[in-house]
Amino acid sequence: MFLHHVYTRSLKTSHKQSSTAGSPTGFCMAAPRARLRVLPLPRAVHILLVLAAVFFLWHPAQGWAKSYDTINISNPFLNKTPVAVAEFKALTGKDAETEIGATALQILNEGLAFTGYLKLVNPRAFLSNPAQSGIQLGQINFRDWTGIGAELLITGGVEIDQDQVQLKLRLFDTFNTKLLKGKIYTGPPGQVRRMIHLFCAEVSHALTGTWGVFNSKLSFISTVNGNKEVFISDFDGHNPRQVTHHKSISLSPAWSSDGQWLAYVSYAGGKPDIYIKHLAENRGAIVNREGMNISPAWMPGQEKLAAAMSFSGNQQIYLLTRNGEIIKKITDSWGINVSPVFSPDGRKIAFVSNRSGTPQIYITDLDTQDVRRVTFQGNYNTSPAWSPDGNKMAYVGIEKNRIDIYMINLASGPGMPVQLTRDQKDNEDPSWSPDGNLIVFTSNREGNLPALHVMTAAGTDQRRLLHMKGRQTQPGWSGPMTYED
Amino acid sequence: MNKKLWINVVMAILVAGLFLTVSCAKKTVVSDATTIEDQASAEDQAAADAEAQRKAEAERIRQQELEAQAAGEKAIEQARQQAAKTRFLHQNIHFAFDSSALSSDAKDLLKEKAEWLKQNQKVSVTIEGHCDERGTTEYNLALGERRANAVKNYLQDLGIGAFRLDTVSFGEERPLDPGQTEAAYAKNRRAQFVLK
Repeated sequence: MFLHHVYTRSLKTSHKQSSTAGSPTGFCMAAPRARLRVLPLPRAVHILLVLAAVFFLWHPAQGWAKSYDTINISNPFLNKTPVAVAEFKALTGKDAETEIGATALQILNEGLAFTGYLKLVNPRAFLSNPAQSGIQLGQINFRDWTGIGAELLITGGVEIDQDQVQLKLRLFDTFNTKLLKGKIYTGPPGQVRRMIHLFCAEVSHALTGTWGVFNSKLSFISTVNGNKEVFISDFDGHNPRQVTHHKSISLSPAWSSDGQWLAYVSYAGGKPDIYIKHLAENRGAIVNREGMNISPAWMPGQEKLAAAMSFSGNQQIYLLTRNGEIIKKITDSWGINVSPVFSPDGRKIAFVSNRSGTPQIYITDLDTQDVRRVTFQGNYNTSPAWSPDGNKMAYVGIEKNRIDIYMINLASGPGMPVQLTRDQKDNEDPSWSPDGNLIVFTSNREGNLPALHVMTAAGTDQRRLLHMKGRQTQPGWSGPMTYED
Repeated sequence: MNKKLWINVVMAILVAGLFLTVSCAKKTVVSDATTIEDQASAEDQAAADAEAQRKAEAERIRQQELEAQAAGEKAIEQARQQAAKTRFLHQNIHFAFDSSALSSDAKDLLKEKAEWLKQNQKVSVTIEGHCDERGTTEYNLALGERRANAVKNYLQDLGIGAFRLDTVSFGEERPLDPGQTEAAYAKNRRAQFVLK
């Protein structure tokens, strides 16, 4: 089991680095924990423990990252930063190294697309080849890179020692001729993908101060095995695994902010009820009051949920404990009240209500109980998704029988919504990446079956996320998973 | 005098003898008559039995004909009831987009369904609320519930006990027609009855 560890260490950067705790070489590893052996996801947990350690050990560097000129991401999706990703160097010249290097390069290129603000420079334009000339700071002629417009350069090296793969990865600022981030990852060949994504998170952090989407998990509903069941995959849709087996209808998976709990709706009991499930341990609760119990959403940083329930006769939104006990009633109006989502600070709830005659999005303040309507265009606005910075709301609107994703700016008051999808059939279920750069959604643009797609928060770079049989719907990224106790 | 007494004595004896003779003769007669009568009724019985058998046979045939007729009528009645049941289960209540209001057509159909429920007192039903695939999963779950409740409330107003009427919403999860045409959508926006 411990073979699955990925060891990480930092390469020297141009900045003075505070020595990592108790490890003069900067070498770090997660202490294996016997308790965790019982978890069904030992591999992921161990990796995430390593990740947690990386976070912790890099904490002093965060201040450094902030002092560095970070990329202005006000609208970075239209004006992306060009990055050159060099071919990986086989450090001891083995064929296996070249082979793994090619795989790693592919994963890296695909991973960087999930930042939303980097664009790859076409390798055919490259004037030098670090796989030959060297991947370290002193071996790079930065003019070769600035000359082709690459503002950033990533080099990689692969070394295989017995059955362990070592990846040496570096991010350079070509104009300032600086090493921004250097990391060495060691682990079995099966972990190359994970190592590359750990480095992608480092790149994201070095450039923007956030870890990106790389430490997230993706939940969604799939009919690949016949019934609608909940699945969880890596952030990019890789390694999907089925987490419910109700052989019924399962819907609306929602992550707790620590990523340990999943709430969802299932008809396993013959009607829609909410199932609250700890992902690693066999515990949880079922909310099965009379009528329906639907659309769960977790309060940020709390083991509390909002959900819509109809036991009173009307569909109202309630705040619940993790065991399903009612803390308080949030809405009190005639008609439909569903689809609650919390503001990132946990103090407000956006929801859908047809109290005005058509479904529209409202925001209520949990303290003052003030309610305001936020959508005014069109007769059908649902599926609110609050951006992680709290300033924007993505949602689904139906205009002239076309279902599309729109966004409004909450900070600047009511304004015209921005249409993010257009003329690509039906587009639904928007959900933000934890860094706020990407939106994952459902679209039936290819064929007629809904599939998962991703775009930047500006609506650019729309592409399909994973290829599975059946229908894939209701995607949602978890917050960054650290598995810290 | 003596002669007269003698005559009297003879008369007395004769009368007594007559009495005795009569009683003896009566016994014999009765006995003979009974025997004769028995023989006669046996013959009659055989005839009557034959007659009864014939009548019973006739009655049996008539009964059989009646039964066959009744069975025929019953079969027709059963078929009629089956048809009514099928109609009850398969004639869905339809709704406009994003609406749980009952149209006049819907109300007419529900009156018919209420009649059926009154004629079939032992039946309890689940009213399923469904939506077309447009719109959001959660909102459609809520809309489907409102459709099912609208139907339930109307049937209650028509005198059907609430305990016989359950509701469940399937939102957009169970379309009748998977097509993406307005006709398919209209078909899918429905309340549907299922026997419990």
